[in-house]
Amino acid sequence: MPLLWLFLLVLAIAAGAFVLARTRVLTLSGQDRRSLHSLPIYYGSNAAMKSAVPALLMLVLWLLAQPFYVNKTVSDMIPDSAIVESSSRNLVLAEVRRAADGLDLAVSTGGMTEDEARNMQADISDVTTRLSDAGAILTSEITRPVLRAAQQFRVLNSTGYNIMSVMVLLIAAAGALWGIRETKPDFRARNVVEQGIRALLIAAASIAILTTLGIVLSLVFNTIEFFRLYPASEFFFGTNWAPSFSGRGGASDLGILPLLWGTFYISIVALIVAVPIGLFAAIYLSEYAGPKVRAFAKPMLEVLAGIPTIVYGLFALLTVGPLLVRVFGDDGLGWMQAGTAVMTAGLVMGIMLIPFVSSLSDDIINAVPQSMRDGSYGLGATQSETIRQVVLPAALPGIVGAILLAASRAIGETMIVVLGAGAAARLSLNPFDAMTTVTAKIVSQLTGDSDFASPEALVAFALGMTLFVITLGLNVFALYIVRKYREQYE
Amino acid sequence: MTDASMNSVPVKGSLTTLDARTKKRNAAEKRFKAYGLVAIMIGLFFLVVLAVSILRSGIPAFTQAEVRVEFTLTQAQFDEAESQMLKTKAYENLFIAALQSQLEERSLDVTFDPAAIERLLGKTGSTIREYFRDSPDQIGSTVTFNLAASSRVDGYFKGRVSRDTVVDSRFLKVTDLDLVDALVDAGIVVTAFNWNFLTGSDSGVDNPGGAGIGVSVIGSFFMMLVVLALSLPIGVAASIYLEEFAPQNWFTDLIEVNISNLAAVPSIVFGILGLAVFIQFMHLPQSAPLVGGLVLTLMTLPTIIISTRASLKSVPPSIREAALGVGASKMQTVFHHVLPLAAPGILTGTIIGLAQALGETAPLLLIGMVGFIARAYPEGVVSGFIDPNSAMPAQIYTWASRADPGFYEKAWGGIIILLMFLLTMNIIAIILRRRFERRW
Repeated sequence: MPLLWLFLLVLAIAAGAFVLARTRVLTLSGQDRRSLHSLPIYYGSNAAMKSAVPALLMLVLWLLAQPFYVNKTVSDMIPDSAIVESSSRNLVLAEVRRAADGLDLAVSTGGMTEDEARNMQADISDVTTRLSDAGAILTSEITRPVLRAAQQFRVLNSTGYNIMSVMVLLIAAAGALWGIRETKPDFRARNVVEQGIRALLIAAASIAILTTLGIVLSLVFNTIEFFRLYPASEFFFGTNWAPSFSGRGGASDLGILPLLWGTFYISIVALIVAVPIGLFAAIYLSEYAGPKVRAFAKPMLEVLAGIPTIVYGLFALLTVGPLLVRVFGDDGLGWMQAGTAVMTAGLVMGIMLIPFVSSLSDDIINAVPQSMRDGSYGLGATQSETIRQVVLPAALPGIVGAILLAASRAIGETMIVVLGAGAAARLSLNPFDAMTTVTAKIVSQLTGDSDFASPEALVAFALGMTLFVITLGLNVFALYIVRKYREQYE
Repeated sequence: MTDASMNSVPVKGSLTTLDARTKKRNAAEKRFKAYGLVAIMIGLFFLVVLAVSILRSGIPAFTQAEVRVEFTLTQAQFDEAESQMLKTKAYENLFIAALQSQLEERSLDVTFDPAAIERLLGKTGSTIREYFRDSPDQIGSTVTFNLAASSRVDGYFKGRVSRDTVVDSRFLKVTDLDLVDALVDAGIVVTAFNWNFLTGSDSGVDNPGGAGIGVSVIGSFFMMLVVLALSLPIGVAASIYLEEFAPQNWFTDLIEVNISNLAAVPSIVFGILGLAVFIQFMHLPQSAPLVGGLVLTLMTLPTIIISTRASLKSVPPSIREAALGVGASKMQTVFHHVLPLAAPGILTGTIIGLAQALGETAPLLLIGMVGFIARAYPEGVVSGFIDPNSAMPAQIYTWASRADPGFYEKAWGGIIILLMFLLTMNIIAIILRRRFERRW
């Protein structure tokens, strides 16, 4: 792993700079530390920082930029004639990368010498057999342009890495020299180092922005790409979901409405289960329960929130589904065909959301000032009348916020619906029918597909975009309500 | 005045006798309280049902029906078997003879079809042959073989398969169960702890008996290493900046809004991000714990930042003022005094964040950790990070979506192991909090 070595080498140079700068400042001060502006460790850190940070920054930037340059060059090498029909430039490029990986593998296992791997005039069938001997994965016979491109790809990459290594090491050494040279007793080393640390802290905090940016960009670009292949109006208003997996001809119907309907239906069932139970539990815990009951029941309910969703998914698939079939299936009421249904997923998701609703509402009910309750008791109201007519109306905006947050959780939940709701997209009112959701279809459209050129795969990004916008909207709205409510009492 | 009011409101009775309206109100009060109690009971009931169904369906995964046969192979037999065309068949015949003699020893007279042995135990011949070829010095002495019974026989022991439900197939015939019962009577078939489930790798789609979770535990472990190594320093650095240094401006607001929104983004969207950025754009290897770790890092960061900020906030300002008062710089104050005092809280939050990441499945589905059959342990540390592997929740999902019901038992068993990890992590977090939390 040469990259690891490069990284360690840079760190070693930085460590050397640290030691040199520290000794230098101690010698210059004549062992009298009082004449130094900062503690000796800061002079060392300054030199180490100046050597390591620019070098590592360079390393990262190069690693990000090089694939662009190489891909562009290699892509230009492939003539349009080499791209077979029913294929695309991206697919050919993937083939080139695989061939290059294969060549690397063959060289490293000794099936081929470096010169042979670079030989432009090599016999193609010979190369193919040697590559598959070495264990490389090739989908088809290598063609001449692909082999050329793969060889060029390797050459560009290895020269790129060589130049990068030299540059990074040079920068590290230059930084170290700079840091050591400016090390003098009156140099304000601590201030410089603290500026550097501050910059690092800001960089760490900005990762949140970068993540959001990454999410938005990756969704937006792929969604635009999808809408280029598939009309947006049919996606948003189509009532039929029937992706075809074989052809790339666009014979698929990719209407989002059945998926949205499934998502909302399941979420509504989940909320019908979770909201009354969670709300009553919260009322009991905050208004009636003694400290002992509260200390036991609250953490116990919250355990439900800590259980991974895959557990709920399995619970839906293997326990709740068969149970419901026994009651509502052909042997019972005859409403249900199979264990996977809206009811199964909704019920289990409701269980998952109980602690979510209850602990949020608990906090909100506790935030209602005691004076309001006391006023109500003073007028002769019973405890339940106080709760119903004073506490709950006062807490209502917050509770609505909590329910909206729970709804956004339900809409974004994946594992329970993947395992419990079924795979058929349909618009039906029967809660015992199998339906599917946006999240479940994102999973099924993207799992095991490494090529993102077809509308069947790209549709997942459009679905993800829809999901992101809906949940974000719900969250922002819910937080707005909660915040507005809080301002009233504080 | 008093006379007038006394006249207009006639006193119906004393306060101690309840009138109809008071009774109604009191009944409503009781009902309302009962609703609350019932709601909590329902919640706890679901928890119990969940726990019971996990335990009831999962515990069988930890046991496995085994056939214990004492077997002696003489040098002559070894040489003869090695000289034959169908070597494993020869060993199998020797094995069947040994089994038969042991049954006779116990004076149990069972006749069975030699092919039944293959249905019960799989290819015994090759197991025996490999054993003796690897350790030729054992030839001539008595060796006890523990051979795992096939998944359907195993199911017969655990009640998954019964005589009524079994259908004759090439995997199991009803008559085979007679042989199994006889072997149980002879004490040859025993139920033993299934070590292979803990340490083994995933098997193919048609061999639920051999599936183990060990390799995916390692995959999860490497993923958690990535999450820990990235999310702890980045999360702490971001929290320190926001809590101690950030000025009140639009940039800080932007960061704060982003963090609170990211905490509520569905996990599957992080999977899409990982797929698009790390795999499609940066060409990192698919199914690798490194990529899984990166995605989970981005997902856990908001959790860690929120809890770290809370524990930084709980350090009283007097500590900072005292440090600044004796001449420390702002940076020194934070790193020498505030951070060490907040460390237990930060650690607790980190462990809880890690536990959350460990159980997360949806993003892993998209970066290709499902569908990959984790057959072998990684060869080293680097290979552990970048070679395709599975992770515990992904492995459970893979098992749950396979057709053979034998895998369901494994999935439940895997959940028990996953929950044990989560439980341990949470208990460590609680202990840390109890032991080191300071109330100022």
